[in-house]
Amino acid sequence: MKILTGNDLKTGDVVWWDGQDWSRDVNDAVDVGAEADAILAREDAALRVNAGYAIDAQRTADGVRPAHIKDRIRALGPTVRLDFSLKPADTDISGWVL
Amino acid sequence: MYQYDHYDQAMVDARVAEFRGQVERRLSGELTEDQFKPLRLKNGLYLQLHAYMLRVAIPYGTLSSRQMRLLGDIADKYDRGYGHFTTRQNLQYNWIKLEQTPDILADLATVEMHAIQTSGNCIRNISSDQYAGAAADELVDPRPYAELLRQWSSFHPEFDYLPRKFKFAVIASETDRAAMRLHDIGIQIVANAAGEIGAKFHVGGGMGRTPMIAPVIREFVPALQMISYAEACLRVYNRYGRRDNKYKARIKILIHEIGADEYRRQVEEEFAHILTLGLEPPAAELARIQSFFADPSFEAELPEAIDRSDPDFAVWLDQNTVAHKHPGYTVVTISLKPIGGIPGDASADQMRLMADLARDYSFDELRVTHTQNIVLPHVKKADLYALWQMLEGAGLGSANLDLISDIIACPGLDYCSLANARSIPLAQKISARFADMDRQRDLGELKVKISGCINACGHHHAGHIGILGVDRKGTENYQLSFGGSEAADTSLAQITGPGFSEDGVVDALEKATEVYLAQRSDGERFLDTYRRIGMAPFKEAIYG
Ligand code: SF4
Repeated sequence: MKILTGNDLKTGDVVWWDGQDWSRDVNDAVDVGAEADAILAREDAALRVNAGYAIDAQRTADGVRPAHIKDRIRALGPTVRLDFSLKPADTDISGWVL
Repeated sequence: MYQYDHYDQAMVDARVAEFRGQVERRLSGELTEDQFKPLRLKNGLYLQLHAYMLRVAIPYGTLSSRQMRLLGDIADKYDRGYGHFTTRQNLQYNWIKLEQTPDILADLATVEMHAIQTSGNCIRNISSDQYAGAAADELVDPRPYAELLRQWSSFHPEFDYLPRKFKFAVIASETDRAAMRLHDIGIQIVANAAGEIGAKFHVGGGMGRTPMIAPVIREFVPALQMISYAEACLRVYNRYGRRDNKYKARIKILIHEIGADEYRRQVEEEFAHILTLGLEPPAAELARIQSFFADPSFEAELPEAIDRSDPDFAVWLDQNTVAHKHPGYTVVTISLKPIGGIPGDASADQMRLMADLARDYSFDELRVTHTQNIVLPHVKKADLYALWQMLEGAGLGSANLDLISDIIACPGLDYCSLANARSIPLAQKISARFADMDRQRDLGELKVKISGCINACGHHHAGHIGILGVDRKGTENYQLSFGGSEAADTSLAQITGPGFSEDGVVDALEKATEVYLAQRSDGERFLDTYRRIGMAPFKEAIYG
């Protein structure tokens, strides 16, 4: 699937397009198919997202998993500060990243 | 320490106001991201993997306790309670909100700090020896010369759009603690035969994709002509640097392509022209700057003896202190490398504690080192035990300066959007593997440096053991190299061979230390043994 990510303009938070709005949780991301450019242009112009781009991902039993490790770390948060990550309570998150 | 005059403060305040307006225009949509990006970068604001990142300049690595305390307060007030000290003696905040950035810059300006020219193709923060003004082996304090360069290079209109970024380092001792020859311009303050002070210019060094050691371009430039010579060096680069190709745009490539002799000839021609214009700073200005760096009021006849009865303290004392130029004092390095920790990270509380300790024990002064540690430059020997106890209590008492766990690691893929692989978890694994203090001390000086991509912010080319993270078909892979040095015996590390997984590279590194232990002669460091026996025995052990 193709999903969209970017940053909140004011806060810089990493966000994911959930079909209606921008979510902080990658698991809310939806497949945008061929609509990526159109959605990004519209959302960027409306200042709802900054520096957006489309990436490949897969929907798995554990949720949405970006194809590239860089985007998985982007989705999770720094692997060395899990207290600031999407899964602060999960002590064995490295499997998901790798 | 240098203190801003009216002009310094007015410039910084004006820049804060200007950036506040630019941020407002971005948030209102008046500026697009393409228009805004170069403006925010001019103020040290990046958009990284997870958030905006703000890089704060720490000129020549010198901080007052007031400044360090404010850095801690900013970490609490605007970030997530910590910051990251970098190999350029700067501080990076990882979780900055764009809408708050003007307020952060305004707070920084209250303690004479800013983030100007910490990004972009301009002259960056001037770095220096972290022991400046304290080292027993220095000719003079190099910081007045670094400050002169800072003033000259701040908002220099001619050098605001260079072909690429440009980094200076200034030292004043034969021992190089600032990786001086791996900078675009490395200046060593020297004395000529007549005893006059001047600058020895090394130009065209750097790490990154194409590492190079800077050749000497001029042995001696009289101190007051240093700025004009630097101007000539930059002008030739600005004219001929490769703006057509980002990967060939650094000055090292220009000098490599035209040769050091031809570059020198052109610089000398330009220098002769500049001298006719009489633009040198007046001697009074250098003297004014120097007056800010006068020695603090050291006490006389202090006791030299130190009670070493606490064995943990004795280890720290041996490892983390070096000789001071004044009797009764010593230079202390506070390690930001606890076993399993994140190299260079300090919490807001730790920053405030270090500020308090500097106030109480080190004439209000701290330094940031390019190896991502903090220095208290002037500590009475009689105060060392009390100081160490407080550091221990705050997780800042690691006794590992220059040992295998004193690792440089860039932010890597945990934070950096340019990264190919993570650096920090690897540093954590290596330090955990070698946690045993006796083992570390037996291995002696061993500098491990890790970069998460070819940009080499982690100085891997200059590591006795260097590690570079690469992307191998979407997985992290690590290239190992041996034999680099950023010290006076500068050398570039050589790659061992095929890369490794994260665990594999820790195993390979451990095998290399075993080769060293088996082969070393008396007094040899890892680097010395490698230089004597070459790569072959190490390769055999690692890949055999
Ligand atoms: S070396 Fe690469 S990964 Fe590391 S901080 Fe620099 S740009 Fe980022």
